[in-house]
Amino acid sequence: MAVYEQKYKRYAGPLTPEWSRFLIIPHHAYRGVFKSKLFTAFFVVCFVPLLVEAILIYLHHNMNALGVMRLQIRELIPIDATFFQTFVNLQGGFAFFVALLVGPPLVSRDLRNNALPLYLCRPFSRTEYVLGKMSVVLILLSAITWVPQVLLFLFQSYLEGFTWFRENLWMLFAIIVGSVVWILLLALISQAVSALVKWRVIASGVILAIFFIPSVFAEFFNLVFLTHWGHLMSLAGLMRNISAGLFGTFAETTTTMRMEGFDGTLREVVLTEPPLWLNWGMLFLVCAACLALLSRKVKAYEVVK
Amino acid sequence: MALPASLQEELTNPQTLTDPAVIDLLGLSVAFGGRPILKGLRGDLRGKAIGLLGPNGAGKTTLIHTLLGFYEPTGGSAQIFGHDIIDHARQIKSLVGYMPERDAFIAQMSAVHFVRLMGELSGLPKEAALERAHEALFYVGLGEARYRKLETYSLGMKQLAKLAQAIVHGPKLLFLDEPTNGLDPPARLRMIKLIREIRDSGQANIVLSSHLLLDVEECCDEILILREGQIAVYCNLEEERKSNRKFLMVETRGDQSKFVEALKGLGCEYAITNEHRLKIVLQGGVEVRDLYQLAAREQVQLRRLSYKRDSLEDIFLKAMENGHGSL
Repeated sequence: MAVYEQKYKRYAGPLTPEWSRFLIIPHHAYRGVFKSKLFTAFFVVCFVPLLVEAILIYLHHNMNALGVMRLQIRELIPIDATFFQTFVNLQGGFAFFVALLVGPPLVSRDLRNNALPLYLCRPFSRTEYVLGKMSVVLILLSAITWVPQVLLFLFQSYLEGFTWFRENLWMLFAIIVGSVVWILLLALISQAVSALVKWRVIASGVILAIFFIPSVFAEFFNLVFLTHWGHLMSLAGLMRNISAGLFGTFAETTTTMRMEGFDGTLREVVLTEPPLWLNWGMLFLVCAACLALLSRKVKAYEVVK
Repeated sequence: MALPASLQEELTNPQTLTDPAVIDLLGLSVAFGGRPILKGLRGDLRGKAIGLLGPNGAGKTTLIHTLLGFYEPTGGSAQIFGHDIIDHARQIKSLVGYMPERDAFIAQMSAVHFVRLMGELSGLPKEAALERAHEALFYVGLGEARYRKLETYSLGMKQLAKLAQAIVHGPKLLFLDEPTNGLDPPARLRMIKLIREIRDSGQANIVLSSHLLLDVEECCDEILILREGQIAVYCNLEEERKSNRKFLMVETRGDQSKFVEALKGLGCEYAITNEHRLKIVLQGGVEVRDLYQLAAREQVQLRRLSYKRDSLEDIFLKAMENGHGSL
């Protein structure tokens, strides 16, 4: 079928390995994603906190620089679990906005343009399609969350020494798992919403609503019932607890309040967080619901029964 | 980059094209929500270009979608080139190309980018996919417009782009669902020409679903007519036409009864339409020349003599009247 021959000819050359074909989707999707200068600029901004983190780690180990600047960073900002947890959470925030910008059109565009039969009539399964679309989000978010965090952890280990690395290896696990769970949740929710809503703007709105409206309800619930169990309703609350659990800063009793009762007596109210396993369980349920939705919507053709 | 040996053999050896049935229907049934759509279809389809016909709702598109693995059969199965559609779905998908009926494309992509992506998804390496994307677009006549975004294409151009994505990986079997839908006459002719070229190249078999009988008649050598989810007719158009050469419509002047008596003597069957018209079924060994000789002997003029040729429309209408046919 050469251009000059103008005749139909079968292809008899080598084929790419099947396992790697889902990566074709992100490869082609990034062309479109980075065409937007605004997005590219925002994506670059996402690396600023990481730069600050790297500088702080460097300053901790550079006595000359600390001496010149007369800073007491070692005391002000110690490099420990809280330090890494803070930056993991901060990057998680950026990851949310990247997912909000990139995720919604991925599946919805294909559904709107009836493109799914074109994918699925090839040696390309529905699972590979979903995996490919999720990879678009996952790879981008990995680049601003766990990958640089791991590199910075290794940088800190290099400067501090092997003993620090060995003693804090659990932190590496917390960084990776905490970040991966969050970006996986973002990718799943953005794809599920994208499969459900065909219009990008509405899909973005729905994703925002999924994260923020339950948080408002959760806070209202917490205030009315004097508890923190409302966090089970909020994805942000769930992730905060899970992250705290991974970094060893989770406490079931976070706050105690002194309240004046109706009879004028003072009493102490203990606000308890739901146990960690319940937070994980809820998160699992949310992910399962997203997968069920994707499995229902990602089909070559809807069957009209 | 390894290719299974059996697949490599199938891709490279054109001889294998005609050996197994292109599509073997093994009691294929499909139902949606308990409502049967395809009802135990049986038979093996071997044509180079198979026309899929039937009234709306007969199950044409459902059959194609089931063969492509979009729907799961509720009973029976089918094979494409000897591969079971359930057990070897992935292998089959690497052998087929599909041009859907509805508008289908990936937004915000140029045609060449779109066709290249489709090639890569079919397993072609990047460079090969890009090369073949250019070739396919030139082949279908979109060479000059290949860098334009698909959204800016006219309906006819979109149809051609859909054909390009269906052939970019050089499939062995092409499913074309209403390929001439919405095309103006020149665009339709171009599409028909392309389909015939692909058919005549001998490199790919074609299944063409269309409600336009003329399209099927021009492109296909075999037809499968579905009615209410069952096979109403499956026939080879060329053989059908050949068999119809025995049927003659004759207009006479003179004493028709004498001529009819003489026809009996030749052993031909006949039916008198009116006092001047006859339908004759030629028996083996009897030629048209014999009829002229007979007419001359009986002093009957043959004013008009034509072969009765069943058009596809006749076959279709008959199928719709008669109900089930058989393979």
